[in-house]
Amino acid sequence: MNTPTAYFEGLARWKPLEIVFWLVLVGLFFVPGVNLPLLSQIIIWGLFAMSLDLLLGYRGILTMGHAAFFGIGAYTAGYLGKFGWTEPISALFLAAAIAAAVGLLAGRLVRSLGGIALLMVTLGLNLILYDFVLRSTELTGGDDGLQGVVIGQVLGMFKFDLYGKTAYLYSLAVAFLMFLIARALVKSSFGLALLGARENIPRMIMLGAPVGKDVSAAFAIAAAMAGVAGALLTQTIQSVSPDALSFQRSADVLVILILGGTARLYGGFVGAFVFLFLRDWLAQLNPVYWYFWIGLLLVVVVAFFRKGIVPSLGVLFTRMQKKRGTDERTPNRAAL
Amino acid sequence: MSDIVLETRDLRKAFGGLVVFDRLNFTLARGERHAIIGPNGAGKSTFVSLVTGLLQPTAGEIVFNGKVVNGQTPQERVKAGLVRTFQINTLFASLNPLESVALALLEREGRAKPSLAKVARESALLDEAEALLAKFGLAGELLTPTNMLAYGMQRLLEVVMAFAMRPQVLLLDEPAAGLSTHQGHELFAQLATLTAGTTVLFIEHDMNLVFRYAERVSVFAAGGMVMQDIPEKVRGDARVREVYLGA
Repeated sequence: MNTPTAYFEGLARWKPLEIVFWLVLVGLFFVPGVNLPLLSQIIIWGLFAMSLDLLLGYRGILTMGHAAFFGIGAYTAGYLGKFGWTEPISALFLAAAIAAAVGLLAGRLVRSLGGIALLMVTLGLNLILYDFVLRSTELTGGDDGLQGVVIGQVLGMFKFDLYGKTAYLYSLAVAFLMFLIARALVKSSFGLALLGARENIPRMIMLGAPVGKDVSAAFAIAAAMAGVAGALLTQTIQSVSPDALSFQRSADVLVILILGGTARLYGGFVGAFVFLFLRDWLAQLNPVYWYFWIGLLLVVVVAFFRKGIVPSLGVLFTRMQKKRGTDERTPNRAAL
Repeated sequence: MSDIVLETRDLRKAFGGLVVFDRLNFTLARGERHAIIGPNGAGKSTFVSLVTGLLQPTAGEIVFNGKVVNGQTPQERVKAGLVRTFQINTLFASLNPLESVALALLEREGRAKPSLAKVARESALLDEAEALLAKFGLAGELLTPTNMLAYGMQRLLEVVMAFAMRPQVLLLDEPAAGLSTHQGHELFAQLATLTAGTTVLFIEHDMNLVFRYAERVSVFAAGGMVMQDIPEKVRGDARVREVYLGA
């Protein structure tokens, strides 16, 4: 057996748990009495967090302004719906394209920055956009958001219903497609180059790699996916407000991703499950203090499962396999 | 000297008011093994960074294969065949040697194979990666994360990563840094065999290694290059003794 071939095949192969993960999400739809609107929110947040993972997990770019792209997607879908373009799927494409264009520019702007400077510039860009949307009342509806957003039927067949059935399946299908793209991307030469630059930029330069262009490309792709997530939110709740691009959302998506674990693609989705279920549950117990518990959870996770939920479970899983003697020295690094 | 692969013309580098060197005229002949020696702060590493484009000169020209490369990015120079290693390990800590070298080869080939599933089927590339690692004694560590490798192996991997780019001129910045004298000699013996046929420029402090492996030696001291000659002449030169002993 050719070991290197087997190794790279192993990196590219679908693991059984991955298939189970998506089947469970489909299966949840059929569970009687399940809270589909909440599940749709989870899928959308999960997709949003996954888009951030491309930057943070795979390239090591810590951005505090990712909600800007989410908001751009959300408002694009909102304007389209408001002004008569009610077909949802083409609206997703447009939202992705506009967010990607802005992402490309943002990437161009920040690609030579790192550390605190990068953090501050991304945060600053997010705040500027938020303030602009909030103040341009005539253009954006200001604090109230866009009114009268109309979304047509998906594929001309499925109407967005009161129970959120269409919304859930639609969000899930779109998130899955985005996941396929993200997965193909991180399991490619480009993905490997991103990891390399995350680990060591001077070395990548000495390999002749276009380090700066890669950052711009990663920003564009991550922005497009965040834009799709934002558009999904607008379409499923048929409205959009400045919350979509608030700094709070940028912070929340970071919390979700770190809770779930970075550089795993699934971390964002798992983090979104935990975060939103807890938020829903805690808000019912005490609508005022629920952020206290989220904060506590974050401290506990980061202190005891340093790498987040998915990687920690991965380590546990590998240990169990070792005990059963089936482990064949596969390094536990689902990073690729 | 018949065939000069790399030279500098009146090269000057200053950081603000601090002049590292001035009017540096350095030549490297194709195929030779050339050492740069000199006390700390003489600008040896700075010189390597200038040549590879990681730093910009204040004045003067860098000529590679008869072409002025001042305006080229480091990446362009790598593609043209100018590749360096670093004094401090500059590796992909969480990737393993197989992934690291595969990444190097993929970059060299312009990411011709987009997906890793396709990379897996690219036996020529993977064979080359495996052969390179085996050549440098890393065959048993293909899948060990780089940060778990013994330090000496990391130093070797540092050279493999540069060597994988098929350099015309390989610039080794203190390849034996941090190794024991014995390990250093072992490393140099290996390098001498493995890099036969490549032009190698190396910075080294251990004079035994320098005089054993270098065919020519350049002596740097604060402000410029003191001399450039064969080891025998350098060893006996009064100016060099002055640089080192301050006599």
